[in-house]
Amino acid sequence: MNNILVAKEVSKQFGNHIALNKVSLEIPKNSIYGLLGPNGAGKTTLIRIINQIINPDQGVIYFDGKLLQPHHISMIGYLPEERGLYKSMKVGEQALYLAQLKGLSKTDAKNRLKYWFDRLEIGDWWNKKIQELSKGMAQKIQFIVTVLHEPKLLIFDEPFSGFDPINANLIKDEILLLRDKGTTIIFSTHRMESVEELCEYIALIHKSEKLLDGKLSDIKKAYKNNIYKVGLGVQSANGLLEDLKDKFQILSSEYVDGGLQLNFTVQLPSNDTGPFLSHLSGRANVNNFTETIPSANDIFIRTVQTK
Amino acid sequence: MGKLSLIIKREYLAKVRNKSFVVMTFLSPILMVGMVVLVVYLTKINDNEIRTIAVLNESNYFTTDFHGTESTSFVRIRDIDLEAAKDSVQKMGFYGLLYIPDEPDLEKVASRSFFYTKDAPGSNVLDNLENVFEDRLRLRRLQELGVSVSDFESVGNNFEINTANFSGEQNLKGIIEIKAFIGGAFGYLIMMFIIIYGGFVMRSVIEEKTSRIIEVIISSVKPFQLMLGKIIGTSLAGVTQFAIWIISAVLMFGILILVFDIDPSGLNSGAANAPGLVGGAAYMAASDSAMQLYANELFRIPWVMLICFFLIYFILGYLIYSSIYAAIGAAVDNETDTQQFIFPIILPLMLAIYVGFFSVFNNPHGPIAVAFSLFPLTSPIVMLMRLPGGIGEGGVPIWELVVSIFLLIVTFIGIVWLAAKIYRVGILMYGKKPSYRDLFKWLKY
Repeated sequence: MNNILVAKEVSKQFGNHIALNKVSLEIPKNSIYGLLGPNGAGKTTLIRIINQIINPDQGVIYFDGKLLQPHHISMIGYLPEERGLYKSMKVGEQALYLAQLKGLSKTDAKNRLKYWFDRLEIGDWWNKKIQELSKGMAQKIQFIVTVLHEPKLLIFDEPFSGFDPINANLIKDEILLLRDKGTTIIFSTHRMESVEELCEYIALIHKSEKLLDGKLSDIKKAYKNNIYKVGLGVQSANGLLEDLKDKFQILSSEYVDGGLQLNFTVQLPSNDTGPFLSHLSGRANVNNFTETIPSANDIFIRTVQTK
Repeated sequence: MGKLSLIIKREYLAKVRNKSFVVMTFLSPILMVGMVVLVVYLTKINDNEIRTIAVLNESNYFTTDFHGTESTSFVRIRDIDLEAAKDSVQKMGFYGLLYIPDEPDLEKVASRSFFYTKDAPGSNVLDNLENVFEDRLRLRRLQELGVSVSDFESVGNNFEINTANFSGEQNLKGIIEIKAFIGGAFGYLIMMFIIIYGGFVMRSVIEEKTSRIIEVIISSVKPFQLMLGKIIGTSLAGVTQFAIWIISAVLMFGILILVFDIDPSGLNSGAANAPGLVGGAAYMAASDSAMQLYANELFRIPWVMLICFFLIYFILGYLIYSSIYAAIGAAVDNETDTQQFIFPIILPLMLAIYVGFFSVFNNPHGPIAVAFSLFPLTSPIVMLMRLPGGIGEGGVPIWELVVSIFLLIVTFIGIVWLAAKIYRVGILMYGKKPSYRDLFKWLKY
């Protein structure tokens, strides 16, 4: 059993609005999984179903090989998109309360909170009220409360919205550490570029349906379309570009550096770059030659368009 | 269960530690006692004021009829015409001028008499004057009829019919009102509790929504658990507050009575003017022996039964209403949006109180009283007003009580179920103010 979470044909309808339409997912253990898609695609509904906040109309969810049960709540940590804390409650008291709701004993919760408070250097906030803290400070507390009960699965809905860059980096590092310790992490976001670098697996959700999912590197490989960026050093405009345009499909080109550098992108017929490179050799200096790898966003747009 | 008690504890502490709650808890009894003291004090001042009324009597009648009392004194003036009398009375700062013209016979004198005052005269002053005229006129008519005063007095005895129930137990007049008043006090308590603490539940739900903590919590506990914990925690805080109020009010009244030597019966007669007490206290003060009878009757009210049913109706009624309040809190984003939803809740409560005071007092077992004591949204208040009369013969029939409680329980389950559904959906909805149609749609999610 290598998947921490498996969803099978999960559907949910609100009135006339279909929020999820037969979405199936497999989330491997110990991975960082990106749930990507625009606002209103159904990501939050899916996450709420995983958290048992709402029930699916159809479909089943397996957690760690077993049908999802209420007691699994204590193995999941969830940082919702709409997140906050009781304003007039003291930090420590509140963290203790939320930890105990997740099933920790009071002494356990206290010890772990102490560890995390020291770790994030906020030990002296214990007796402060939330309304005395800045937004960034409150976010640290929210993060601690989410991970405190050492869940097997962590779910972050739009995790970096509202975080300042310093906190965002801090949290990112902590998340990577947690992953290394064996936690599985789900990121849900509409800003795909923000978590792409972290995610090993992704699923694209659009208009209540899953468009594609799998290992990000595999998806990218599949969506590579043999477009290369080339930079050539040239002595003068000696008809090289015209010659290339005759023989290859040049998508765009420009001269820079006072005409001494020619940059262009080329679409090759296959991933065999030999003929193209040997055509260039002797005609110009190849300064750079890179394959363009599509971003999740590119892939998303292409999938939506081809559908 | 562990989670529920955690939630109850948090809600309770959050409420009890709230500054305004603490201030209200300790200030209210002081304010209440202070107000009563103020009222008593003001009544005393009012009573001490002596009103001087000038009497310009040009007739041959009423020469010895006006006797000063504690609050009024009469000054006779003569040999002066009416306009001059008015002038001087005003200048002297008297309360008013009674003008009795010179006419040949008493009837005419009476009908042409005038009482002049600067402002509209007080009703007790008028009563006082009118009594003098009435007595004199009655005497005159009796004389015309050839009846002596003593004969008349022997005829005019009041009569009260004796009442008893069919098993022969004698009833005391006014005891129905006293009993209804006791029931009314319980009913009123329930209504106040629902409105105050139901509102607290609602605001607490709104606070969780606006602070955006709600989703964090319901990823750990079921929404229903949270709702229930909130209602129970808040009502425990309410019970604490009520207990403090009652204990401290009793203590303070005790101290006041001891320290300032205020006559408690003075308070009673003051309260007798309040609606609902009209019968009771006045009768009670009637005589010591009657007082004894009433005391016996009060002891015979089945207090244990009454308190048991009070608890049943209180708990069920409060849970019904506060879960509606919770659902409203969940449906809206801020308190200003709650008005349209709150009115339909207050309506049955007000109705119950009015029906109680106007219908149950007159006829505790009439059709209206019965209907409203069966209808679940009003029964907690109306039934409690009927119950001090006892259960079974002469009181509330057992079947009515059973049906009433049965309906209340069914409604309780139904309403809590509906409210929980609205709550569950509402707490995750932000932004737009829902209509009743939206709420109906949510039930189907």
